[in-house]
Amino acid sequence: MPTPPSAPGSPEPDPADPPASDVTRGPVSSRVWALRGVRAAVSIPALILTAAFVGYAGLARESGLTLGETLAMAGLVWALPSIVVLTGAISAGMGLLPAAVAVALASVRLMPMTMALMPIIRVEGKTRKWQLLIASHFVAVTAWVFAMRNLEDYPREARLPFFLGFGGSLTGFVFCMTGVAYLLVERMPVLLAGALFMLTPVYFVCSLWGAARAAADKVAMIAGLALGPLFHLLLPGLDLLWTGLVGGTLAYGATRAWRRFS
Amino acid sequence: MTGIGDTWWWPYVMILVAGWLATDIWRWLGVFASGRMREDSEVMVFVRCVATALVAGVIAKLILFPTGALDNAPIALRIGAAACGFAAFFASRQKVVVGVAVGEVVLVGGWLLLGIG
Repeated sequence: MPTPPSAPGSPEPDPADPPASDVTRGPVSSRVWALRGVRAAVSIPALILTAAFVGYAGLARESGLTLGETLAMAGLVWALPSIVVLTGAISAGMGLLPAAVAVALASVRLMPMTMALMPIIRVEGKTRKWQLLIASHFVAVTAWVFAMRNLEDYPREARLPFFLGFGGSLTGFVFCMTGVAYLLVERMPVLLAGALFMLTPVYFVCSLWGAARAAADKVAMIAGLALGPLFHLLLPGLDLLWTGLVGGTLAYGATRAWRRFS
Repeated sequence: MTGIGDTWWWPYVMILVAGWLATDIWRWLGVFASGRMREDSEVMVFVRCVATALVAGVIAKLILFPTGALDNAPIALRIGAAACGFAAFFASRQKVVVGVAVGEVVLVGGWLLLGIG
């Protein structure tokens, strides 16, 4: 079984509804569960994510993206690391294929994340594949961490609507705030804009470490931090691909050898 | 403006193919593979390593080679702010909100002390 990845010290990040009382009150409709998901989305992690996207809106504007392009990325891609990689690729004039490979490499982690979540929100023999495909679009660090920590406390029938309500409202709110921030960032004082740009890397470095499950993930993160700037100077253009492949292979090889010998 | 194509729609093609498709394909594969493939298999461990290193590379580049307003802060201040944020994240038993807040306080404080912009 997958385990919730981050913050071993905070077992209850958000006080959502106590589900036990609903069991005694009889069945609750899907719509009500979805609305409870919306309410649970009003949370500290959602605020941090919103702030990170506000910071991203500034980066997008500096990179020369239009409002439409920025919003299309936020809504369609919905994974901040992938969005930042794609922004870099577009502003560097990268071709379609190398950009797609870089973004795909940055997004691979969504597959194991989705794989871990699906057995939790699925009702065997009842939930349709297309419903899961829609729900899977909301898989990104913030919603996933919340779901892995909290969903198992809810009755099985409630989990999919609850997750859709949570993910849908989180995405919708962040989407709107990204647009507002894009329009306002130009009139911002330099200090405020600089502080916003700083949000994304600090948020990433903390949540990436928090989402790391095995030692291999942590070694890979350290390798990537060191190799990213190096390859940026040595091999500009395809530096992220090299960072991922070399750093990831080194981390995997080293931790595997270490597992063998210990 | 941006990218190779000077047409208005080229960035949208990039976003659809290199953004939406390149990202959601993994989520869809995750839906189809769930229950079939062990997510703690060796292949998955390796894949997660590559993905983590790549995203970490993005983080380092955002701090060392920023675009936009953050460029005004000296590199030592940017690294110091990120390092303090990460240290605070650890000290607070891995609370992301504490890490982000401390990183921001160090950056803004240093910025004001140095009297930039």
